Amino acid sequence: MAHSEQSMKVSYTVLPDDFMRAGEASGALKKLLKELGFPSDTVRRCAIATYEGEMNMVIHAQGGVVEAIITPDTIELELRDTGPGISDIELAMTEGYSTASDAVRDIGFGAGMGLPNIQKYSDRMSLTSEVGVGTTLRMTIRSG
Amino acid sequence: MKISEIATVLEAEILCGEEHLERKIISACGSDMMSDVLAFVKQDAILLTGLVNPQVIRTAEMMDIMTIAFVRGKKCGEDIIELAKERGMVLIRSPLTMYTACGRLYASGLRGEDHGT
Ligand SMILES: Nc1ncnc2c1ncn2[C@@H]1O[C@H](COP(=O)(O)OP(=O)(O)O)[C@@H](O)[C@H]1O
Ligand SMILES: [Mg+2]
Repeated sequence: MAHSEQSMKVSYTVLPDDFMRAGEASGALKKLLKELGFPSDTVRRCAIATYEGEMNMVIHAQGGVVEAIITPDTIELELRDTGPGISDIELAMTEGYSTASDAVRDIGFGAGMGLPNIQKYSDRMSLTSEVGVGTTLRMTIRSG
Repeated sequence: MKISEIATVLEAEILCGEEHLERKIISACGSDMMSDVLAFVKQDAILLTGLVNPQVIRTAEMMDIMTIAFVRGKKCGEDIIELAKERGMVLIRSPLTMYTACGRLYASGLRGEDHGT
């Protein structure tokens, strides 16, 4: 990744209802970014933001797709699902807001901190959603 | 603090990663909420948790946390140990409660990230 013209696109499928494998996409992306030589802070921010998004697709939707466009200085991420969608994005972004079930809380998620964490770790994020159609989360992480 | 010293303080048994017990730990975090763990980056940290599931291992992986202590003697399945092994992590199990485990480590000089240095 020595030249700025270089870019690479990867995509991962996230399976529904599979809590054993939830996090595999984020883990694979993390490994790839590390191998490409990104600084550990960049790799970690990307991993955390993607993982929160991936967990959301498993918990709140029926899985989805994680796509990353990687250039030497930025990582563009797009997480798409065809789940139930979000009717009030601003509310969903509020710290502590969660519609997660008790079963989800029992595995340590559902604190309503996922989207706020994503905002915190990414340099730019946008969440678009249509009820009954699905949700798309885009994030940009700049390296260095 | 070395992981081996932590294991002694916590009266813990080693579930996997015996070969890494000389690793140094400089901070700690105790939580059952994974998003709380994901909210603050720690350096060379140990995670203490009462939860035992694959998401604990995944969360640690994303955070570059290589050492996890399960408190209250929670049973840990082979699938979880396998996930940890693949990642070169150390898993230990302590019979102590979260409160006591954290208290002992703090008293032994291991501080949280919010303590300053
Ligand atoms: N991909 C998604 N599809 C549908 N709803 C979602 C999705 N992601 C987030 N949400 C909604 O936004 C809320 C807040 O998300 P988040 O901050 O990650 O908290 P949590 O996942 O802990 O509930 C969720 O409880 C859910 O109602
Ligand atoms: Mg979430």
